[in-house]
Amino acid sequence: MPVHQLPPLALPESAYDAKRKQYQSIEIMHLLDQHAPKDTTRILGIADLDLCIPMLSFLFGQAQLDGRVALVSLSRLRQEFYGLPAHNELLRERLTKEVLHEMGHTFGLVHCLEQQCAMSLSTHIGMVDAKAEQYCSRCGLQLAQRVASLNGGV
Amino acid sequence: MKKNWPILVVDDEDVMCESMAAWLREDGYRVETAPNGQKAIELTTATDYAICFVDLKMPGGMDGIETMMEIHRARPDASVIIITAYATVDTAIQAMKEGAQEYIVKPCNPQEISMLVSRILKLKKLQSENAILRKKLTRQYRHHDIITKNPRMQEILSLTQEVASLRSTVLIRGESGTGKELVARAVHFSGSRADKPFIVVSCAALTETLLESELFGYERGAFTGANGQAKGKFELANGGTIFLDEIGDISPKLQADLLRVLQERRFYRVGGTEEVQVDVRVIAATNKNLPQEVQQGRFREDLYYRLNVIEIRLPALRERREDIPLLAEHFVQRISSELGKEVQGLSPAALKVLMAHDWPGNVRELENVIERAIVTCRNGMLDEPDFSWLQRGGSRENWEIPDVSLGELERRAIVAALERKHGNVKEASAALGIDRSTLYDKLKRYEIAH
Repeated sequence: MPVHQLPPLALPESAYDAKRKQYQSIEIMHLLDQHAPKDTTRILGIADLDLCIPMLSFLFGQAQLDGRVALVSLSRLRQEFYGLPAHNELLRERLTKEVLHEMGHTFGLVHCLEQQCAMSLSTHIGMVDAKAEQYCSRCGLQLAQRVASLNGGV
Repeated sequence: MKKNWPILVVDDEDVMCESMAAWLREDGYRVETAPNGQKAIELTTATDYAICFVDLKMPGGMDGIETMMEIHRARPDASVIIITAYATVDTAIQAMKEGAQEYIVKPCNPQEISMLVSRILKLKKLQSENAILRKKLTRQYRHHDIITKNPRMQEILSLTQEVASLRSTVLIRGESGTGKELVARAVHFSGSRADKPFIVVSCAALTETLLESELFGYERGAFTGANGQAKGKFELANGGTIFLDEIGDISPKLQADLLRVLQERRFYRVGGTEEVQVDVRVIAATNKNLPQEVQQGRFREDLYYRLNVIEIRLPALRERREDIPLLAEHFVQRISSELGKEVQGLSPAALKVLMAHDWPGNVRELENVIERAIVTCRNGMLDEPDFSWLQRGGSRENWEIPDVSLGELERRAIVAALERKHGNVKEASAALGIDRSTLYDKLKRYEIAH
């Protein structure tokens, strides 16, 4: 599938929650949606920001289920967030897993009960590390069917 | 599976509704949102949400607690989780007091919410499975009450299943003790009215006036002692089934009243001027030969045809002898466990005695005979000697028959049974091998005071 990289986007002030010192993911997702080129079927944002929603204290990422927008935060994937030395290889692994996860949602996949599957729910960093950088066979098959039904690129 | 458990998020802030819904949808739930209490009530009336997340503070109109109370009015089993940004002990206590399942302070950890949702849904799933199993069990139990391998009885059981969900009147005919009420229950509990009342009226047990007020209820002052309005059995059975046992014994006036109810599903309470409308299925039973009663002018022909829409004729136990061992074993197991007495079963010789008996009192007589044998049994297995009294009773040459009419003989047997049982009608009817309503009928007929 063809993939295009867009230049960085300026964040709207409304996305920042000064009280929580975090960014409201829903605002950033709206921004991504507005900036997605016309022929794009999916748009993925990678933000080096600590994301949240009003109800939850943080998010590793968020996506529109069966929609076109996905967003992943680097902030809590970094070892430095937990007071540890930087580890680029681990960050890349974690980012891959979260991208697979959020993109899976945009293709209609919901959380998988298979702990090793990239689609399993992660509510803390240990759960992200426990996952593999791939989908389980069931989620993989479901995703392949959905991708095959698409005509456009990502 | 999660799609079967819809979730509602109620908050005046769009961003809260939208983000929470998106997060829950990723988990596979069907999520709807409402910006205020009014909309939430509307949605709740239409959909049975498994969980409702409701924000405590919503400006204008209903707050979270009021919204929760209204949701509970429409859906008493809904699990409401109250959300607030400002935790105070007072509001938490108030929310829980008013029926909130949980009280959470935003923002909270994703793990906390995830665990909370799965815990509530696990409980909901168990509750729903429990309800389904209970329903199934009730239905099975009702049918398992009728034990038979007799082809005619099996046909009757299939017929009860077929007619269970219809509203048509059923007339069950059979000798006393053949299980007419059991079949009526099987019809009721297998159909769509199973969770509605099943009301039994023994028509032979009451005088005409008593039966009239029993069936149709009465208004205050309708007769001496009517100090207030009372609902009759027809009203109590509304939505369900009324079982009119010994229908062949009702007076001509009540036959006319009953015909009207069957035709119009409406009646007046005794002393009342306002019509009462009911949706009741009628199942009637009799041990009398109703066509003969009609011929002899004792029973209204039109009522007979109204009642006889679906007729079930129950065979006497002597016509289904192959069921005697099955029934006997069933009664041994049930009664020995009820009485707390260890009895293993029946010996072949005992079974032979039971098979040879004619059972004029049918299944009820067999049940009573087994009970008596269990009570007196001493060695953990019912054997021939435990039924020796039955053989003696059944041996005609040992009888000393006084030179009186058959009716007089019956009258004397009833008086003797009542004396032996100190006037207790239930025990006397069991000893005579007939049901209570039949005994009441005979007490009336022979004018025996009790």
